[in-house]
Amino acid sequence: MNLNLTRRRFIKGVIASGAAATTTGVWVAANGASRPAGAVERMIRININGQVRTVDVAPQETLASTLRYKLGLTGTKLGCNRGECGACTVLVDDVSTYACSVLTHSVKNGRVETVEGLEAADGTLHPVQQAFVEELSPQCGYCTPGQIMAAVGLLRENPSPTREEARMGLSGNICRCGSYDSYLDGVMRAAQIG
Amino acid sequence: MAYMHIGKDFVPPDVNGKVTGRIKYAEDYTREGMVYARLLTSPIPHARVVNIDATEALAMDGVFGLLTADDVYPDGEPQSTGLKVLTNEPTLVGEPILALAAIDEKTAETAISKISVTFERLPFVLDPLDSLAEGGPDAYNGGNTYVFRQGFATEKWSADQVASFRAGNEPTAEPQQTFAYGDLDAALASSAFVYESAFTTAGYPHQSMEPRSAMAYWENGKLYLHGTSQSLSALADGMASIVGVPQEDFVFINEATGGGFGQRARANSIPSMAIPAKMSQKINRPVMMRVTRDEETAIGGARQGFQGWIKCGFKADGTMAAADLYIISDNGGKGGGGDAYSAADCISILYQTEAVRFRGTSIGSNTGHRGAQRGPGQNQIAAIIAPILDKAAQELGIDRLKIREINTPTNGDVGGAQRTPFTSAYMPEALKMGAEQFNLAERITRSRQRNGSKVTGIGIGQGYHNAGRSGMDGIVRLTADGRLKVHNGVGNLGTYSYASTSRAAAEVLQMPWEHVDVVTGRTDRHLPITSPQDGSNSIFTNTRTNYGAAQDLLAKMKEITAMELGGDASDYDFGDERVFKSADKSVGMSFAQIAQKGIELGGKFTGESDLPEELNDFTKISVTRLAGESLMGIYHDAPHNNNPPGFTVTFTEIEMDVETGKYDIIDMVTIGDCGTVVHPQGLKNQLVGGAVWGIGLAGYERHLYDPQNGLPASTGYWQSKIPTMMDTPSKIRTGWVDLPDPENPVGARGIGEPAMGAVAASLASAISDSLDGHLFNSAPVTADMIINHVAGVTSDAIPLAQNNFRG
Repeated sequence: MNLNLTRRRFIKGVIASGAAATTTGVWVAANGASRPAGAVERMIRININGQVRTVDVAPQETLASTLRYKLGLTGTKLGCNRGECGACTVLVDDVSTYACSVLTHSVKNGRVETVEGLEAADGTLHPVQQAFVEELSPQCGYCTPGQIMAAVGLLRENPSPTREEARMGLSGNICRCGSYDSYLDGVMRAAQIG
Repeated sequence: MAYMHIGKDFVPPDVNGKVTGRIKYAEDYTREGMVYARLLTSPIPHARVVNIDATEALAMDGVFGLLTADDVYPDGEPQSTGLKVLTNEPTLVGEPILALAAIDEKTAETAISKISVTFERLPFVLDPLDSLAEGGPDAYNGGNTYVFRQGFATEKWSADQVASFRAGNEPTAEPQQTFAYGDLDAALASSAFVYESAFTTAGYPHQSMEPRSAMAYWENGKLYLHGTSQSLSALADGMASIVGVPQEDFVFINEATGGGFGQRARANSIPSMAIPAKMSQKINRPVMMRVTRDEETAIGGARQGFQGWIKCGFKADGTMAAADLYIISDNGGKGGGGDAYSAADCISILYQTEAVRFRGTSIGSNTGHRGAQRGPGQNQIAAIIAPILDKAAQELGIDRLKIREINTPTNGDVGGAQRTPFTSAYMPEALKMGAEQFNLAERITRSRQRNGSKVTGIGIGQGYHNAGRSGMDGIVRLTADGRLKVHNGVGNLGTYSYASTSRAAAEVLQMPWEHVDVVTGRTDRHLPITSPQDGSNSIFTNTRTNYGAAQDLLAKMKEITAMELGGDASDYDFGDERVFKSADKSVGMSFAQIAQKGIELGGKFTGESDLPEELNDFTKISVTRLAGESLMGIYHDAPHNNNPPGFTVTFTEIEMDVETGKYDIIDMVTIGDCGTVVHPQGLKNQLVGGAVWGIGLAGYERHLYDPQNGLPASTGYWQSKIPTMMDTPSKIRTGWVDLPDPENPVGARGIGEPAMGAVAASLASAISDSLDGHLFNSAPVTADMIINHVAGVTSDAIPLAQNNFRG
């Protein structure tokens, strides 16, 4: 989890847009219809799961809001909406990123991958998804998409992690059910499946 | 016993949806014309709403309506503790005062900022002992405590009595609640070692991952509510009443729930879901209410903290002769919870104590709403009692495992305040198995060994929770195509018990899992009253109901076959999805053929008549709506008397850095005694998940409030210090005894709660061991407490303080 990068991007983006961000007001800002004078253009094209999508994005809108409320990609979850839990983790240019803490405008030139983009067209699960099923890694499942995306990002960078490296790789993702052990089992199995 | 399904792993139907993101939680739904509700919550800890002026807000474009407590409670708010839907008498920061609906959330927030609420500030209190002291503030408008069925009351001690308690002495005031058995004085007199101390355990929020967002709409006179819960049928039963809609006209939709841990089991623990329902009724539009993390923290529930005093006596042979407890439990801003009673009950059960006295009083504070949280009471005390047991072992020269073996519950024992027999108990086997897998005999030699600043600590812990209800119902159906439908109202919290308990029905009928459908997810699929997925109850309770319903179905299938092919039902056997003559296997009918015949016959075979008299009303509605379309098995589970316990044992090795107060968990072995294992992967998940919770209780989690203004300082995951992957071991070894319970048809009992208590106890024991047996008498034991102890620094914190920095 490159937390510093996403926080910095978020703050810079907010400053650029002239919007005020608060921990409780992000949804409000994200879904707003108003537009600060002189703000960036709203209609943008963004590569989501390999498809270029055109979407109307408010200047201060977070990626999580765009994904969930504009594009209907509700697999990306919001647990805290302030960069604490990792439930909203997606990949931006292969880097796992808290979608609640990055502005959509700041990633419009990047490649965004969400949990919905992992499954093959024929329904074959991604190795991480398959491994998580086989290990029964999820409990309540709310953090699972974030855990999966963090694991996919980790394995792209390090296809054969040690369990300790996997632990570090997923340490930005909270699981209140406490299924960490089973998630790590899933990551290690996924590394074997390849 | 060789089972077809029990004890075998399977892929629960919802897992694919969880790994693909397709499964829907309440906030993932949308509805044509949906508008958004936002909340105005109390900014102060104790107040009375004097006036609400929403004129300017309601005049704004895009605003559809306002909902206040006056709308929800036209005859006045119920004068009791417990969360209200909305309130004019807030007793904690963050309590919802009103909701406003608008075209989008920004408009709703902007409109709310234009509402003027006039509050009358009232005195607030954060620490129950401050309220208990004469002249101290009361958390509630009617006093500082609530007596069940009697109402608000006021409990006061003299300043000297409170000061004496804070100084560690036995409280002398009359308690609200008590139980006792045995001759306590004689037991203490017979003790060779007596330990006495005040103790404290912290309250802390549940912090479920999914905020309690909800969406509601009305259609053709029916209310449809998308929500989050630990149960479908049990929650729907109560929520219809809160909203004020007939049960028949209420549909609760809840495919998946992102955590609950006790605070989403029933409607009264999550009444906020009624806000979009009532708002939708008022403005005649679908209403989505997204709940923020701050809001979830405020109203999402919290564990009761304890301010207690304990005196334990041990005989020379290590027998725990006496336990005397006096506990002030923190009822928080909205009250609730019998944690203190359960704590004493737990000691009695876990250690088979010869004489026990419990005295307890619950006092409110203007802090988070309290209610059941994973092992409420049992798990707090587990972390306190384990180091005391170690101390007794040391003083009496007894091995630390041995003292637990001496006191352990086993088959034939009784326990608790009511001296209830266990349905079965295999704790000795669990202790033996855990000690062997942990290699305790070798590891214990490393106890307290120092390497630089690192010291090894070895811990042993035990956990308990009663794990089985009765009085619930089961519905199974065989459809014309020969598929088995198991209707399960347990809810989908993540234990997968909605599926694993349904396998008991498949087991009875020996049907392949591929031919079984679990019917759940929304109440208009017609569910029976089922135990909520709480209190480790669902495995024991719902295997009994599903098993019983399947047996009823099987009996009807044999009867129909006998009617068709001659003879008596007792002449028939079954297998390979056929019922056939025992004497001639070739003479029989397929399950599909029997179902078709049953539908043709109707009456008792299809739920149209002869229902069990004791069937719950909720279930009757479901059966009535299903009647006639399939062959039905219907069952009411009669009450059972004995206590089905869930037991867990944990062994832990830590490496304590005495320079930082931080420790690494080097190894952890946790063993469950939960009867026959129904679903090994599910059980493993409960054990490791409970372990993470136990690590949080023993080492990290606590509520913090600003003493000057009563504002919460811990409003999210980070400040609440819930354990992350880096706070927990990368591998937790698990195991189970796997011996059957005789009062469950498949031998199963529950495990979720004790899985946490044993780990909390084990970690507290290991921390104490690494510090030469020092007893903090506190949970959590945080790094600052450890380094203060190591440095010999006397904390300047107020003794027994709750909801505050304790030093």
